[in-house]
Formats: sequence, structure tokens, C-alpha cells
Amino acid sequence: MASHITTPASNAVLFAAPDEPEQATKTVSMPVGIPGYTLHEEERTILATQPPILPVNKDLEYIGKPIERYDGQLKVSGRARYTADVQLPGMLYARFVNANVPHAKVVSIDTSAAESHPGVKGVHVIETVLGNAVLRDPTLEQSKYPVVRYAGQPIAAVAAVTPYAAEEAAKKVKVQYEPMPFVVDLDTAREANAPLVFPGAADQAGTAGGGGSAAGIPQTGNIHGPHVRKEGDAEQGFKDADVVVDARYITQVQTHSALETHGVVADWKPDMLTVYASTQGTASVREELAGYFKLPKTQVRVITEFMGGGFGAKFGAGNPGVVAAILSRKAGAPVRLMLDREEEHLSVGNRPSSDQRLRIGAKKDGTITAIQLISFGTAGCGTGAGCAGPASNLYKWATLHVEENDVFTNGGPAAAFRAPGHPQGAFALEQSIDELAAKLNMDPLDLRDRCDENPVRRVQRKIIRDSAIWKSRNPKPNADPGPFKRGVGLSQSIWYRHLTMNSAAEVRVHKDGSLEVLSAVQDIGSGIKTNFAQILAEQFGVPPAKISVKTGDTNYPVGPNSGGSVTTASITPAVRDAAWQAAQKFLASIAPALGTTASDLSISGGMVRSASGKFQPIAFRNATAKMNTDEVSAQAKRVPDYNAGKYDTYGGIDVAELMVDTETGRIQVKKVFAVHDCGRPINPAQVISQINGGVIQGISYTLFEHRLLDPNYGMMVNANLDKYKIAGAYEVPEIEVQLTESYIGQSSTDASGIGEAAGIISAGAAIGNAVYNATGVRIRQLPMTPAVVLAALNQPLPMSEAL
Amino acid sequence: MLELVPAQAIDRELKIRSLLQPKEEGMSGHQPPNKEPLETQSTANGMSRRSFLRGAGITAAGTALLDGVQGLQSEAAATSNGVKEFGPEPFAISLHVNGKEHSLRIEPRTTLAEALRIQLNMTGTKVSCDRGACSSCTVLLDKMPVNSCMTLAIDAIGCQVTTIEGLANGDQMHPVQAAFVRHDAMQCGFCTPGMVMSCAALLDRNPHPSEADVRYAVSGNLCRCGTYPKVFAATLDAAGHPATKS
Repeated sequence: MASHITTPASNAVLFAAPDEPEQATKTVSMPVGIPGYTLHEEERTILATQPPILPVNKDLEYIGKPIERYDGQLKVSGRARYTADVQLPGMLYARFVNANVPHAKVVSIDTSAAESHPGVKGVHVIETVLGNAVLRDPTLEQSKYPVVRYAGQPIAAVAAVTPYAAEEAAKKVKVQYEPMPFVVDLDTAREANAPLVFPGAADQAGTAGGGGSAAGIPQTGNIHGPHVRKEGDAEQGFKDADVVVDARYITQVQTHSALETHGVVADWKPDMLTVYASTQGTASVREELAGYFKLPKTQVRVITEFMGGGFGAKFGAGNPGVVAAILSRKAGAPVRLMLDREEEHLSVGNRPSSDQRLRIGAKKDGTITAIQLISFGTAGCGTGAGCAGPASNLYKWATLHVEENDVFTNGGPAAAFRAPGHPQGAFALEQSIDELAAKLNMDPLDLRDRCDENPVRRVQRKIIRDSAIWKSRNPKPNADPGPFKRGVGLSQSIWYRHLTMNSAAEVRVHKDGSLEVLSAVQDIGSGIKTNFAQILAEQFGVPPAKISVKTGDTNYPVGPNSGGSVTTASITPAVRDAAWQAAQKFLASIAPALGTTASDLSISGGMVRSASGKFQPIAFRNATAKMNTDEVSAQAKRVPDYNAGKYDTYGGIDVAELMVDTETGRIQVKKVFAVHDCGRPINPAQVISQINGGVIQGISYTLFEHRLLDPNYGMMVNANLDKYKIAGAYEVPEIEVQLTESYIGQSSTDASGIGEAAGIISAGAAIGNAVYNATGVRIRQLPMTPAVVLAALNQPLPMSEAL
Repeated sequence: MLELVPAQAIDRELKIRSLLQPKEEGMSGHQPPNKEPLETQSTANGMSRRSFLRGAGITAAGTALLDGVQGLQSEAAATSNGVKEFGPEPFAISLHVNGKEHSLRIEPRTTLAEALRIQLNMTGTKVSCDRGACSSCTVLLDKMPVNSCMTLAIDAIGCQVTTIEGLANGDQMHPVQAAFVRHDAMQCGFCTPGMVMSCAALLDRNPHPSEADVRYAVSGNLCRCGTYPKVFAATLDAAGHPATKS
């Protein structure tokens, strides 16, 4: 979520449920803290309908264990069907016609040659482009067609009987442009006489994954901002400081580059629009399509069986979803519209760049008196470049002054990208904190102990202090003789306990002993399906592989959109509640046949037991045969957190060990020790997979990735995966993950997410601090390519002065 | 330790070239692989195979037939120099995929990935970059891993094509598949079929690889979720590597 939605006050709105009638409660004792360090019991007053409190993981059979991924066998066998794989009878293939200029008014569009091309069944000229920021005052711009604001913006689309025919026909659409001046780089766009991307103020709404900008932000030229937060008098804070660090940091634009591109298969029928979508939010796609076409939600069904990666960019129907639905309606046939790799880079999101000036003032003892962050960044023709989350929320400060500015450029609009704003912000903050520690002659961990009050990270720092990798760090920078220099550095990360109440599930018990759980939530690769199976397995004592998990279909109870690490924390309590309630209904259903009452019965370890000893324990499968109906079911939705007034953040710490070749400028990351918190880990194997991935994405962002727009032509010059370098097998270091199993007593599963906090936030600064440790030189610019490293090593002045 | 290009790669290239060579009248069946240096190979009309495929159609000289290309005689148009051209319209071929013969109609430009996914509905093979940069589309041609998005379907004629759907032995997963599941060597799973194929091919040619060998084998396979460490561990485990930890 956006970095500015991080205050307890705004978060409380998510938890409040004022429309709920007063309900009976009970007071319970729950495990809180970290086993082995701070575990204790705390009381909570919770709804009486809540299931019994779950003990810590070591006392459970299935939850907390590395259970095999629910759909693992489907994925390794090629039987997992992704949106890109959907083939429906009579399905047409669609292609976009994209702008090949970065900024222009479209004068005319001639589709006649495309329409008469053999095999073409429909052509559509786009009336409203989605994703771009929108003018507050639309009358400032008169144009028959949407104004082109970036090269690659979709203009029209063609549907045909084969992919070839669609591609050929798309090339026959003639678009006449009236070119306008354009600007693609951040610095030029900030100049007073820069070409204007928008003729007036414009805003982009965020998605379920975050991004976007707050309403009512001022705009001057291309500069949309500042979005200001002031706490106390920061200038006085700097006067009170014994030491001040002041530096400028620059980060690049990164594209999501999920391996499955954005796209849908849309099937418009008179009574139902069915859309197979590669999305992180079946609910968000349904909502956008229902709104766009003014259909009741009951006439829009969205299905996401498997999803090939999103990382924040796949929410809502977007241009592909809307256009495919229109073409399907026109052609009377299902339409497949999957983007190609170039379109994926250009038009469906990216992580904004940043140019940050960060000042931190501190007392000799490490107490932070002031933090000031002035940031500019470009989200192309969108917004969402704010990156003040870490500076605002990671440490305790006496005063804070933050100004975030979006700068419009003629590039594709940004989208939420795994921990929006935080990799940029932490890259700056965590290097400056290390710099501050050096100036204060303090150990980096000691300084963080002084100014970071988070109890989990305090334990994590202890784990790191005791680790071999940290002990191997030479505190003296540039200690190695010779051209290869070894360094070790760390960075902390922070993320927020976002929740959505749009989280419900149904659990069914069948007379044949089979069990199923249904929810519209989609599994984006993090393994929520496996978690569901584990929760039901724990309740009924049935192996997880025997549970039928049905997700990714809006025909099932509403599920959360998977953004901001919201999924596990939001939906798993609803599943556990539904499982528990279904179990109670099941016991009531068999009680008459067993000559007893439901209150005499319980289910544990796969057996139904009688408290009064009326009968010997019966296996669950035999007991279900005694049900008085063929099926019992229970649906539950997320209830507010147990201690809803308490605002939780979580995070972790990554330590990087690397080698800098000072002759070539090449950085090789050797090892990463990742210590992370996700509340109760429901499936440690899957959590570790996500942390591995966050670390690798973070390394990739730090060392390699760079979306390059040509300033002369405004085109992306590396819009594929051969030229847009992402980390591959050779760049992956040894990664050791240690989970800090952490209980906060907030829900019936007490689980949280890991997607954002893992690695991606902290890799940049951990590498930056390790490079400083290796060489004695700070690199404040991403990506740290050999050229950047060599330039920094040859830089006679500290970069803050040179820049 | 890096591996050299597998010998099968060269064998396969020779085999395909021999299949596309015109055969002499009266000959039947496969010609023995032509052992001439690759660069001297040419078709009867003096063009290299690549250069004539780059055009709109596929040609075969005289009455020669390509193995697996069905009905070419009827569909081929005779040109003035006696060379017959095929395409750009679709024509019938047959491919050996996962032990079965499949008849399908393709255009000359059809890639193997498109033939598998669209015509044969074998969608386990993924297309992600469509440019040979990510290896999501890896299949085996006579045991050699290739990017099926960069392989023309006609290049697979006469080869044994193995896709992810054909890797298991009935219900028995391939050891690499089973190890991927045991190690949770997947997240979103979109790269997984390609990763599995690359690793299975590695174990086929090198049953006892080192971790460096595994990295080399998947050095072309991109995974955006970042599952590589478990891919390495799973593959070493499938090979019975003693140092494997789960």
C-alpha cells in the first residue's frame, strides 16, 4: 500500500466494524511473543463465536509444518492451467495497436484495412485508456481520441481467428498522430520550461495493491506535489543534533516482469460476462468490469485458477480486460488478449524512480532528533513515487519533515510493486543510518537498538549479532588488501499489518467424508491454497492432501485482493472460523444417530470423541456417514482483529556478504542471511520460498534492472528479457533464512503476510552497506552496475558533495 | 565445472538437415546423417535451409518428400525452376510428441511452442518472452533442451519431442518433478515446466551434477519469483546428491 497510509489512525478504519450489532464476548488467554525469546500469555476479549485459541506451532500437527504445496504436482506436470493456457471453443485472439510515439494527439484512426483482413472478427478503437493519471479538469484538453502520453499506450485492438491474423491486422490499423513535445527523464521534467505531460493537475487512483496518490495534492508543471508531513519542528531538531548526515540517493525505474504477462480471456454472453484473468484480485477485476459496463456483479464472473506472477501490477481489469470484453461482445465469441513481453514492460506498470535528499540528525547517544526527506520520483504518466514509508515509520524520531513529489514524464504509468516506495526509501534510510553509526562511532546494530523500538526486530538483531556472518564482518571499512574486497552489511525492513474485511470462506463437510473449502481469493504463488488445506486438516484431523481447496472464482465467497501482504492475515482466520463452525454443525448433525448431543461430542486427531464416554472414538470418515443431511456447511467472514486498537508492523533484517572487484566494478553477492517475521508461519517452506524470492528480486533491483527510455525518441530501448536484465541462476547467492515465529494475539490464526517485508525492501541498503564495508565508498545510486561502482570508487569527493 | 555443448545438439542439427535434404529418387527412409561441415550444407537450389525458411514458404526439390510432411505433393506449387514451395498457407505435418504421432496443419512460420500450445492444446509448455530469453518454453528434442519459441515446428519433424506433459512415466513423476514438489521448488509455477525440463535433461546427460552444473543447466531459465535456491537443491536431491538439504 502507499507509504502514506501507514498511520495508526488511518489503519484503525480498516479494523472498525461500526455496523456490527453488539455481540457476546469471551475472555481468553493467547500466546504472544517469540518462542525462545519473549513468549508469554496475554488476555484478549473476543467474540464468543470465535474458535478455541490455537497453541503455538510446535503443538500443532499440520499448521506451522512445511506441508507439500497443494498444487505442486499440477505445477511440475504442466497440468496447472493459467489464463494464458485457457482455450475456449471458437476463441478469438486479440492484439493491441499501440502508440509508437511518446506524446501526441491522435488525429485519425483508419481501421478499414484491418477489418477486411482475412480472419478478423472485430476491431475496437479505445475510448478510455485506463491506468494513466486523469486530468482533474478534463476540459483543459480537447481531443477526439485519448491523448498518447507514452510510447506503447494502447490505441485500438483487433480480434481474429488466429494470433497471426490478429497481428497482421493490427499492423494495418492506420493511426495519424499530431506529435507533441515530450520528456522522459526526471531531471528534465522538473525544469521550469519542460514539456508538459498533462496540461493541468492530474491524479492517479491507487489499486488494491497500493500506489497512486492522495487527493488534492498541488501540481506545478510536471511536479505533482509536495505531499507533506510535518511532525514537530525539524529545523529545531537539526539544531538539537550533535551529528547530521545529509545525502542524496537515486534509484531507477524497475518493471515487474512477471513471467505470465497481463491478460484475460473474456467470454461475453447475454446473461453473463465470464473472464479468465491473470490477476491478483478476482474481486478487483469483477468490480472494475461491473462498473465499466454497468452490469450487476452477479453478471460478472472472474476466474483465476493459476496466476503466473504479479508483484503488485495485476489488479483490476485494466485495458486488456475491458477491451477483450468489448471485442467479445462485438464478435459474439470468447476473446483472448494476452500482452506480449514488450507491452508488459511498457504499459502495465513499474516501480517509480526516486531522487531523495535525506537528512538525519542525532544526539551522541544515537537518539534521532530529526529526519527530513525530500523526494522526487517519476511514475511516468501515473503517480505513486512516494517513498517516505521507511523514513517515517522504521525509527523513533523527535521531529519529522517529509515531502514527496511525483514528477510526470512520458513513460508508462507505474503500478504498485512489491512494497511500494519501500525499496527506494530503505535504500536511502538504511545507508544513512549506517553512515550515522559510523559518525557516532557506534556499531550499526547498537544504533538500531537505540532508535528502533519494534520488539521483533530487537530479537532479530540479537539473532544477527550472534550469527557467523555478522561475526565475520570486519568493522573497519576497506580492510582487504588487493583488488577483491569482501564486505558485510545489513539493512532492516518494515511493513504494515494491512487487513481487508472482504475476506470470507465456506467449508463443507460431505456425508462421504470429503471436505472442501471455497473462497474467491486467488493463489498468486504464495501458497494460500496450501494454507487452507492445512487449516482444515488441523480442524478435522484429515491429511491436507485429502482436502479439496477451491479458490480463484468469484462464484465463491468474496476473497481479498492479494496486495500489500494482506491475504494471509485477512483470509486465514475466516477459513479457520468456517472450519470450526462447520465442525460444530457436523457434530450436531451426527449426534442424533449416536444417541447423544452435540455438546457431548468433539473432534480431534481425525476422531470423533464422546466426553461422557458413551462410545469409543470413531474415525471421522465413519462418523460422517451418520450425518442427517448429505452436507453441512458454514461460511465465515473475517472478524476485526482481537486487539483492534493496536497497530502492528512487521519486518526483518537482511545481512549481505559480497565481494567487490575494484578493477572491474563488479559486485558479487556471496551470501544473504535473512531474518524475517510473518506472525505465525502457517507453512514455513512456502514462507522461505517467498523470502528467497524477495531477496533475489532485491539483488536484481540493486545490481541489474533498469528500464531505459531513450531521451531522443521516448521509446524503451530494453523492452524484453534479453536486454532488461533480471537476476538469473548465476547471480543467486547462498540464502539462509531464519523465521522469527512471532505471535501477536490478533486473530484465530494469528498469521500475517511476508510478500512485502521479505528481502525486496532491504537488499539495496544491505548491499550498499556491504559495499561501503568492503571499499570505504558509499554508492548511493541504483542499479550498482560496474560503471556506477567504478565511478564511485574513482570519485574524489563524497557523492553528496559531488552531486 | 562448465559443460560443453552436448553432442546430441550437433547430432540433432545434422539429423534435421538430412531430413530437409532432397533425397535421391527411389530412396526411402532416413538418410544417414550427413557428416559434412555444417556451413557447407545447402539445399539443392543452393540456398541454406535458414535462408529459404526465412521466406514465405518451405521448399523441397523435385519429388523429394520430407519425412513427416504429409501431402506436400498435392499442396506444393511448382515453380519455374522445378522447386516446389509450401506455404504460406497451412499444410499438414506430423510430429512425434511424448511417444505419440500427432497430425496437425501448420504455417511454415509456426513455432514448435505454438504448435504444441495452440494446435495440440499441450499448454504445459509456457511462452513468456517469445524470444528465447527466458526458457519458459523448454522442451526436449531428442533429449536436448531447446527453446520451443525459437524452434520452428518443421524443425521438430522427425525428432522425438518431449514436453512437460510427457516427462512422467504414467502416474509416476519424473525424479526431478518429485524433488521439485518435495523441496517446494516453485512459487507461481509459470517457469516451473521449463525449469523441470532443463534439470531433467541435465540429469539425463550428467546423472551426478555439481551445484555449478545445475546453475549452468538453468542459466537460461528465468524465475521472477526467485525460486532458484530450491531448484538447485531439488535437482541435486533428484540426482541423489549427498549434500542435499531440504
